[in-house]
Amino acid sequence: MIEIRHLSKSFDGRPVLRDVSLEVREGETLAIIGRSGSGKSVLLKHFIGLLVPDAGEVRVDGERLADLPYADLRRVRRKFGVLFQGGALFDSMSALQNVEFPLRTFSDASEEEIEARAMACLEMVELPDAAHKKPAELSGGMQKRVALARAIAVEPKYILYDEPTSGLDPETSNTIDELINRLNHEINATGVVITHDIHSVLNIADRVAFIHEGRLHWTGSVADLHTTTDPELSAFVRANEYQIGSVPNPLP
Amino acid sequence: MPLTAVPLVGQTTRLVEGFGRYSLLLARAFNLPRDLKLKLYLQNLRVQMVRVGVDSIPIVALATAFSGGVSAVQALYQRQDPAFPLPTSIVGTFTEEAVLLELGTLVTAFVLCGRVGARIAAELGTMRVTEQIDALEAMGVNSRSYLIVPRVLAGVLMFPVLYVIAASVGMLAGALVAWNSDAITVAAYWSGARAFFRPYSVVFGLIKSLVFGFTITSVSCYKGYYTRGGAEGVGTSTTQATVLSCVFVLLADYVCAVVLL
Repeated sequence: MIEIRHLSKSFDGRPVLRDVSLEVREGETLAIIGRSGSGKSVLLKHFIGLLVPDAGEVRVDGERLADLPYADLRRVRRKFGVLFQGGALFDSMSALQNVEFPLRTFSDASEEEIEARAMACLEMVELPDAAHKKPAELSGGMQKRVALARAIAVEPKYILYDEPTSGLDPETSNTIDELINRLNHEINATGVVITHDIHSVLNIADRVAFIHEGRLHWTGSVADLHTTTDPELSAFVRANEYQIGSVPNPLP
Repeated sequence: MPLTAVPLVGQTTRLVEGFGRYSLLLARAFNLPRDLKLKLYLQNLRVQMVRVGVDSIPIVALATAFSGGVSAVQALYQRQDPAFPLPTSIVGTFTEEAVLLELGTLVTAFVLCGRVGARIAAELGTMRVTEQIDALEAMGVNSRSYLIVPRVLAGVLMFPVLYVIAASVGMLAGALVAWNSDAITVAAYWSGARAFFRPYSVVFGLIKSLVFGFTITSVSCYKGYYTRGGAEGVGTSTTQATVLSCVFVLLADYVCAVVLL
C-alpha cells in the first residue's frame, strides 16, 4: 500500500501541493485527476522519491521514503514501473533495448531469457514489429506503448501512469486504456493514473482523487463521479465531456 | 556594504554553491552502487571511449598539425633577425618544446571542450528535460554513477592517447615545414628537437592530459546533469559547459605549470 500523509510542496515559494493525504490500496487502480498545473505530476514524483516533500510523508509498504538511505530508496523504486508523460524512452536505444534495459540492469537472466521477456512485453503492447526501431522513428502513441512495455518488463508491484493518453487521438487513447486495463489484470499490479481525461478515468479507474488548487478536493469511486454535486468537480467533468463530445455512462 | 558590492557577493555565493554541487555530484557518482552490473558499465565505458577518443582523432590531428606547423614557421621567422643569429636547429627545439609542453595538450583540450564537452552537456541535458534521467532513477538505477562515471573515465583514459597523437602529428607538421623550407633541412630540425628533448616534458604533458580529461568531462557532466527548462535550457547548459571547461582548463594549465615545472 502507498500512503501519502499531509504532504506539502512548494517551488520557489509558490505552493503546489498543500496538505495532501491519500492512500493507494493493493490491487486497485486510482485515478488522480485535476486541471493542468494542479500538482498531479508533482504528486506522482513523490510516490517514488524523485521529489522530497517540504512537509508530510510518503510510505510505500510501510517504509517512510524520507528515512531511507539512497540504496534502500532504489530498492523501493524497483517495486514500481513508471510510464512518463512523454514516454522518456532512451533515444540512443532501440525499442527492444529500452524494454531489455531494466531486465539487463537488475536480473541475472541469460541474454536469451532477457530478449524473450522483452519481446513478450512488446507483444503485449502489440508492437513486436517495432522492436528494432529507435524512439524517433515511432509515433507518440507507439512510444507510449513501448514505454508501457518497459514499465511492466520487471513485473512491478505498482505501476504509475503520468498522463498516459495526453496528446493522443481518441482511438489510440482507447487502445492505451485497454492495454492498461489488460496489463493491470495480467500482472496483477496496483495502478496510479495521473490524467485530466475523464474518458480514460471511466475506462480504467476503480477510485478517483480530484486535486484542485494543490489540495485533495474530492475522493470517491468512479460510480460516485456520476452523482457528485461538488461544483468544482462537476465543472471539471463537464468541461471534459464538452471536449470529448461523448463519454461512456454520461454524467447527469 | 556599498551597493556595487552586492552583485559581487551574489556571484561569489553562486560560484561557491556551484562548486559544492559539482563536488557532491562527483562524490555521489563515484560512490558506485554495490549492486552495479560491471558488464553494463564496461559496455558504456567502451562506447564513451570511442566517442571521446577515437572519434576525436581527426579533428585533434588537424588542429595540432597546424599548431606544430605554425610553431616551426614562427621559429624560422625568429631566425631571420640578423641582430640575433640563431642556429638552424633552433626550429626543431622551439617546435618540440612548444608542442610537448603546451600546444599538444592545450589545443587538444580546446578541441575537446567544443567537441566532447558540448556533446556530453547536450546529451545529458536532453536526457534531463525529456525525463530520461527521471526514468533511470524511477527504475532504481543510480543515474549519477551510470551516466557520469563512464564519461569521466573515458575522458581521463583517452586524453593521454590523444596527447600522444597530437604531439606526434605536431612534430611531424614541423618537419614538413622544414622540408618545405630553404632555410633548414629536415635533419637539422630533428637534430634540434633531440638536442634539448627531456623525457619529463612528455611526462608533464601526460599528467596535464589526465587533469584536462577529467576537467572537461566532469564539468560538462555537471552542467548537463543539472539542466533545467526545455530546449533553451539545453542550449544554455551546452554553452556554459563549453565556456566553463575552457576556463577551468586554462586555470588547470597554469596550476600544473607552477606545480610541476
